[in-house]
Amino acid sequence: MGKKIKCRKISGGLASGEALVSMAPISFFGGVDPDTGTIIESGHPLEGKVIAGKIFIFPSGKGSTVGSYTIYRLKKNGKAPAAIINRECEPIVAVGAIISEIPAVDKPEKDIFALVRDGDEITVDGTKMEVAIAKPKKHEEQHKRAKQYAPPNESARNNKARS
Amino acid sequence: MYLSKEQEKILNGDRGHAAKKSMEILTALGDIYGADRLIPITSVQVAGVSYHNLGDAGLEFLEEMARDGKAVVKTTLNPAGMDLEDWEGLGIDAEFAKKQIRVVQAFVKMGISPALTCTPYLAGNDPKFGEHIAWSESSAVVYANSIIGAYTNREGGPSALSSALLGLTPNYGLHLEENRQATRKVKASATISSISEFGALGYAIGKAIGSEIPYITGIHEVRLSELKSLCASIATFGGTAMFHIEGVTPNKTTVPNEEIEITQKDIENAFASLTDGKDPDFISLGCPHCSIEEVEKIASLLSGKKVKVETWITLSRAVKGQADRLGYTKAIRASGAKIACDTCLAVAPLTGRFRCLATNSAKGCYYGRGNNKFKTLIGSTEECMSAAVTGKWKGG
Repeated sequence: MGKKIKCRKISGGLASGEALVSMAPISFFGGVDPDTGTIIESGHPLEGKVIAGKIFIFPSGKGSTVGSYTIYRLKKNGKAPAAIINRECEPIVAVGAIISEIPAVDKPEKDIFALVRDGDEITVDGTKMEVAIAKPKKHEEQHKRAKQYAPPNESARNNKARS
Repeated sequence: MYLSKEQEKILNGDRGHAAKKSMEILTALGDIYGADRLIPITSVQVAGVSYHNLGDAGLEFLEEMARDGKAVVKTTLNPAGMDLEDWEGLGIDAEFAKKQIRVVQAFVKMGISPALTCTPYLAGNDPKFGEHIAWSESSAVVYANSIIGAYTNREGGPSALSSALLGLTPNYGLHLEENRQATRKVKASATISSISEFGALGYAIGKAIGSEIPYITGIHEVRLSELKSLCASIATFGGTAMFHIEGVTPNKTTVPNEEIEITQKDIENAFASLTDGKDPDFISLGCPHCSIEEVEKIASLLSGKKVKVETWITLSRAVKGQADRLGYTKAIRASGAKIACDTCLAVAPLTGRFRCLATNSAKGCYYGRGNNKFKTLIGSTEECMSAAVTGKWKGG
C-alpha cells in the first residue's frame, strides 16, 4: 500500500516508526539532550519535542562535530531516533548514524518534506536504500496525537521493541 | 568510491571490529563527498577527547574501538577536560577525573600519543608542506592547510580516529588542488598587531565570507602566536578550513577579483560583540594553547605580582617542559596564576564555576559563552594580566 521512495544509503539497517519532521537543520551537540532525546536548541521549531523512537526527518545536521558522539549517547541511552532521513546528509550525522548503527538515508528522489507529516508510518531500509510511507486513514487525528507529548520511558520502550 | 581488494576485505571485517567500523565511516564520507578513492596520509590529530563532551557513551565507543584498533600513522590527541597530572589543583572532581583518565587510556591503547593539545604542530606532530593528513580541531586544521601547506579536510573526532587506524582518508575537498584556491580577496586596511586583534580580524572575515577561502592582503608582519589566533577565530566564526595571506603563507593560489575590505571599524565592532561582561572572575590565556613566546611574556607580566582573580594559562605539556627549564612556570605559579596543561577553557567542565571570562582569544569568548554560559571580555595579553592582578577590567 505504502508509497516507496528511492534514497541514498548512509547507514544500513531496517526500522519503522512514526515520522517527526523538522524543516530546520539539527545540531545534535548542544541542540538535543542526550539523556532524554528532547530538542533543546532555543528557538528551534521543534524545541521541546522528543526524537526517541521516531523516524526523524530533517534537512541536514549542523554545528560541532562532537554531535556524532551525541547521537551515539542517545542510542546508548535508548533515546535515539529509530532512523534518520536527510535531504542532504553531512559528516556529523553520517558518522553518528554509522557508529550508533541507526539506519540513515539521504537524497530522497521525491521531496519527502512535502509528502510526509508528523505521525505518518515510515519504514526506512538503509540497506535497500528505500523509504516506504504509509498515510494513516484519518491522518489529521493521527497528526494530533503525534503532536502530544510522549513520555520518555514509553518512547524508550517503543524504540527497544523495534530494534 | 573505488575500494581496492584489500580495502574491501577490511570493510567485510577481515581485520577486526575497529578497522571495519573505520572503513565504514571513511567510505560513507567518501561517497557523500564524491571521493574517487582513499589516499594514504602521514599524520592525524584526533579531537573529541574531553569526557565533558563524550559522556559515558563516547567513552564506551572508544573502549570498544580500543579492543582491536591500532594507529598506523603518527597521531596526537586534542585537549582533555583536565590537566592529567594536576586535576585537583584545577578543582576537577574525582569522578570526572576517573572517567577522563579512562578516555585517554583507550586512546593510548590504540597507540595514539596523549599530547592533549590543540597545537600539535608545537608538540612534535609537525607535517611538512604538501603532505596529506587527516586532522580534526578546526584551528589546527586551518593552521595545517594555511601556514604549513599540508592537505587536510576539517575532520570530526570519529573520522580522524578512523584515519589513524587505517592510515587513509577519502580523496575530496582540500586534498584536491582545485579546491584550495582563494575564492575572495580580503583587504585588511585596519592596523592589526596583537593576538586579540588577529582574533578580531578572524571574526570579521569569518562573519563576512563564511566558509569561503580568503586571500588576505595588508598583513605585513605577523608572529606565530597571532597566526594561531587568526586560524582559531576564522574557523570558529566562519567555518573555513583554509586561508592565504599575501607574502606570508606558502600555498600557490589564483587571486580572485572580488574584494571586500576589513576596516578599523570592523575590528572595533568585533571587539564590541565579543564583550558583554564587566568584572572578570576567571581569566584564561592559551586558546589555542600558548607558544613558548606567549608564556615568556605572561611570566614577565606576572613576575613579582599576585593575582586576585582565578587565572589559568593553558598550554601543551611539550611547551611547559621548556617553560619549566626557562623559569617561566615558577614565575607564573609564584603569582598565584595556574599553569594548566592538557586542557583549556573550551573543553574543561567549567559551567557554573565562574560568571565572567576575560581572555585574549576570540574563539575563547565563543566557547566561554556557548559551552559555559559565561559573560565575556576580550583584550590584549597585557590587559588580561593587568585585570588578573587588579581584579578590574581595563582599570574600570
